[in-house]
Amino acid sequence: MEQYVPVLIALILGGLIATAMVFASAILGPQKHAPVKEEPFECGNPPSGSAWGRFSVKFYLAAILFIIFDIEVVFLYPWAVVFRQLGLFGFIEMLVFVLILAVGLVYIIKKGALEPA
Amino acid sequence: MITPPPVNWLSLLPGLILTVTGLLILFWDLWMKPEERRLLAWLGFIGFVAAGIVSVLLWGRNESAFNGMLALDAYALFFNVIFCVVGAMTILMSVHYLETVEIQPGEYYALLLFATVGMVVMAAATDLIVIFLGLETMSIAVYVLAGMWIRRLQSSEAALKYFLLGAFASGFFLYGIALLYGATGSVQLDKIATAATTGGVSSLFLVGIALLIVGFGFKVAAAPFHVWTPDVYEGAPTTVTAFMAVGVKAAAFAAFARVFLHTFGSLHAEWEGILWVLAVLTMTVGNITALVQRNIKRMLAYSSIAHAGYLLIAMVAGRDLGGAALLYYLVAYGVMTLGAFGVVLAVGRQGEPNEEVSDYIGLGLRYPVLGAAMTVFMLSLTGVPPLVGFTGKFYIFSAAVQAGYIWLAVLGVLNSVISAYYYIRVVVNMYMYEEGGKTIEALSARPALVTAILLAAVATVFMGVFPSASISLAKESFLPPG
Repeated sequence: MEQYVPVLIALILGGLIATAMVFASAILGPQKHAPVKEEPFECGNPPSGSAWGRFSVKFYLAAILFIIFDIEVVFLYPWAVVFRQLGLFGFIEMLVFVLILAVGLVYIIKKGALEPA
Repeated sequence: MITPPPVNWLSLLPGLILTVTGLLILFWDLWMKPEERRLLAWLGFIGFVAAGIVSVLLWGRNESAFNGMLALDAYALFFNVIFCVVGAMTILMSVHYLETVEIQPGEYYALLLFATVGMVVMAAATDLIVIFLGLETMSIAVYVLAGMWIRRLQSSEAALKYFLLGAFASGFFLYGIALLYGATGSVQLDKIATAATTGGVSSLFLVGIALLIVGFGFKVAAAPFHVWTPDVYEGAPTTVTAFMAVGVKAAAFAAFARVFLHTFGSLHAEWEGILWVLAVLTMTVGNITALVQRNIKRMLAYSSIAHAGYLLIAMVAGRDLGGAALLYYLVAYGVMTLGAFGVVLAVGRQGEPNEEVSDYIGLGLRYPVLGAAMTVFMLSLTGVPPLVGFTGKFYIFSAAVQAGYIWLAVLGVLNSVISAYYYIRVVVNMYMYEEGGKTIEALSARPALVTAILLAAVATVFMGVFPSASISLAKESFLPPG
């Protein structure tokens, strides 16, 4: 367990510094309240509606599809780093992997999942 | 130069065939005219048959692939054949049904094949992480399949319930793997087995085993982890229910038995108590609740819970005899349950599922072949000789008695007696009454579905009368405790 002590120290230090910063700004900073300042921040736009509002299921679909191709990149990076050492075997393996994902990509394009709602 | 790990392509062949067929279906469907879509069913059917034949041809090999993560042994091949037969039968039953309930065939058949790939991986895996991988591949496909009947609200409900509870159960399973890794320093089954026999058993190890039981107990629908079963089985499309009741349960038992009877074989004394209680609870809850069901899919759901209980008896009995009885009973349970769901499908019609037990009144008199087939399945599920259900139960109970679990066998037999009430009630409805139910007229004969029902009926009778070939195959396939 000894080798984890630095990790523990870093964890405690990080927590302390973060907490200190939050409280320091609350204590030391000037405090001027205004109605506009109290509003929830919504990318600069005036907030509208409730946070519990519904939105189109298409967003979930886009998010799921994004994750799939995100994961593909996660696999591609380490593969690209050791590409030369892996040789032909690694190349063919990755080709098969990308090919299967490409079938999925053609499928979702044909089904119209990428068209804006 | 990095040397890639040895990949034994030949041992992956059944799974590869299923994967490629699934991808082909998905791809072909995109360019297909709607009226040609029936061809997809036959492509899927060919995929299942090819994978099954390859598994038979590979019989006798004992190899491993991916650095000992997958095994190609008789045990895995035995289950491969079960999965491929279940898949092929499900397709035979689906061809016409999909049109009546307006399910997109492309995705349906592809997911059926992908789910089977997961099952194949589960049965062959010799590494806890790979078992988990197979479990998820299978489960995610089946979650979607359960919700494919979009016009029916209960179908979406079934998918959501199954998904949420299944994800939760996967969490238990993963936690168990993590604890076992902590206790033994490996996720490979043979290394865990060595650690169990040499290093002794820590409490961490035991908690890990208990969590694995929760994970597997959910997938095989053992009480008290069974609550999802009736709702999901009732809501899902009937073909998917049949696939879940037989395929998913067989796959879960494949991994369950490999891990517990083989890897944890030396720890039998540690887990037999838990499984004893689970077996009794599962049988009793399943059978007693089935007594009051009016919907036949719900009744068959509780019946499948009860049968999970009988299969757990075989797990408790353990050793060669219990293992062989487990494999044999899975086959027996498979053919009779598939047949029963086939009849449920045949009685239904577009917009009129006819799923109440009272809808079967007078059915045997009007449709003699259908009635006879249903009678065979119901009697076999009860355990009446000379049908396969009797032979299977006979092997399970005799394995339990020989291993010294006499009370367990007695409780099992008592449960079979309870189950007679609700199985025979269907037969009584079909033959002894003429009035009182609704009259189901002019059921159209659907060749594929009728073929599936007749195949299941013939197998139920044949394997019951001549059990020796299949029981010796089951004995040969079972791994001795490690």
